[in-house]
Amino acid sequence: MRVLVCVKRVPAPGAKINITDDGQAVDATNLGHTMSPHEECALELAVQLVEAHGGESHVLTLGVAEADEQCRWAASIGITKATLVDVGTMGWDPQRTATALIEAIRSIEEADGTFDVIIFGNESADTGGFQVGIRTARVLDRPMVNAIKGVSISEDGTVLEAQREIDSGMEVYHLPLPCAIGVKEGITWPRYPTMRGRLAAKKLAVDVTGSEAAPGGQTMVRLNRPEEQVSETIILGEGAAAAPAVVELLKELGLWS
Amino acid sequence: MVMSVLVVVEHDRGAMADASLESFAFARSIADQLGEHVEALLIGAAAADLAGVCAAHGATACHLVPAADDYGPELYGAVVSAAAGQLSPSGIVACGTDRGNEVLAHAAAELGMPFVANCLEVKTADEWEMTRVQWGGSLNEEARLASSMPMVSVAPHAVEADEVSPGATATVSELSVEVPEWVRRSVIQDRVVLSEGLSLATAPIVIGGGWGVGSAEGFDVLEALAAKLGGVVGCSRAVTNNGWRPHSDQVGQTGTRIAPQLYIACGISGAIQHCVGAKAAKKILAINTDPAANMVVKADYAVIGDLFEVLPAIEQS
Repeated sequence: MRVLVCVKRVPAPGAKINITDDGQAVDATNLGHTMSPHEECALELAVQLVEAHGGESHVLTLGVAEADEQCRWAASIGITKATLVDVGTMGWDPQRTATALIEAIRSIEEADGTFDVIIFGNESADTGGFQVGIRTARVLDRPMVNAIKGVSISEDGTVLEAQREIDSGMEVYHLPLPCAIGVKEGITWPRYPTMRGRLAAKKLAVDVTGSEAAPGGQTMVRLNRPEEQVSETIILGEGAAAAPAVVELLKELGLWS
Repeated sequence: MVMSVLVVVEHDRGAMADASLESFAFARSIADQLGEHVEALLIGAAAADLAGVCAAHGATACHLVPAADDYGPELYGAVVSAAAGQLSPSGIVACGTDRGNEVLAHAAAELGMPFVANCLEVKTADEWEMTRVQWGGSLNEEARLASSMPMVSVAPHAVEADEVSPGATATVSELSVEVPEWVRRSVIQDRVVLSEGLSLATAPIVIGGGWGVGSAEGFDVLEALAAKLGGVVGCSRAVTNNGWRPHSDQVGQTGTRIAPQLYIACGISGAIQHCVGAKAAKKILAINTDPAANMVVKADYAVIGDLFEVLPAIEQS
């Protein structure tokens, strides 16, 4: 089974996200970088699928040269191949990003064979466009369902059964392979890199390419911090002695019967 | 002919999603700027009964596409793109839910058009200008959209649903659209019911526990109070990472977005990713030993103290 995971490098914010003076990006000074928890789980899923069914796992990312770090993280938990589409910025719009990913996937598949499963995070941690995976899958003619929190492969290896969490339970989808899915955190429990994994990460040969994809129709003008709802916190009391005040509050809100 | 803004109605086998009502209010705010009507797209025969609700929320006409038995992202996306071709709306609006975003993304991919997810506000001009959420709601983005038929989803809880015309009726006309057979490959095959009743996303009270709860067993006091108040227990990412609660209980950017009347956050420090998941809560009560915790600072009310003393005291009141 050949499995591809697409990930996006993003800053790892602390308690507050700062914006650069020109409003064009998150101020990542003094911040480390990471990927969405959805994508960490996607990498783990790819490793597990290859452990269970044999084959090869591959990570693909688009952005700046430093995204090499995310490729090596993927390798440290067991992904064996990596491609980085270096476009010199993290700011490409969703249509442009999808076009570049499609080019890259076609080129990898020409050399190594079709991916049985392409895994995306449900949405990126930063821009949250909710579409790059779907656009990519559509052009590559792979069935695609987002928001997946459980998968299994049919015994004959032709169908991926995917579960999507809803309020009351799960929806079940049967996607014929090759297919694509967008996954949510919780689908797997990402492992920590082992010493062997760290060595593999150091040795990983990251294939770096570029892209001439044309911009799409969505343009970012600038980022703003939403107006903080400034509310003076009302201290109802300390310890168990505050219970009557909490009950009063619940009554006031009509939540005490 | 008056043009219209088309709302893609979200429903599950005829049961309308609450978020879909918000998309009508959002679509009206756009249609008002353009001097246009709002119309509804109902996909699946089971949605026929929703015409009245659509009319009450401002739709002047409903277009029903019966030929879809159940939900499938590629099927719905193909129906939206085909319907858009026939109706030529001046814009398409859906709710920013798993389904709403997914359906517009599939339709946009099919049409080769842009789609902007999770908008808070739209100003119409030659190019639509919008404010949308980034970082799960921690930041706002001002964006421009160049498209002959703008497609947008509205961020959950960005606007309030508004029944503008109670008792109104809308014309319902069947729309015959052709979709290729392959789009049915991703239609729902089965459903597994895991729980009945209250859910984290819809509960009027959510009692959340964080690192300060200390263990899986520690959640017993939260469960006890939730049972008394008719609430649901949630948790922070620190808790699921420790395996104390299943991920389905996680409140936050990559978990469930909650919108209760009251969120009682117990022993939760208040990481930014957690706070955006609780942003739509009407009121927040933080219970924490640390008066400087971010959750306490962000809360409307706070009790400073040990949750294992405070919660039983409330429960036994």
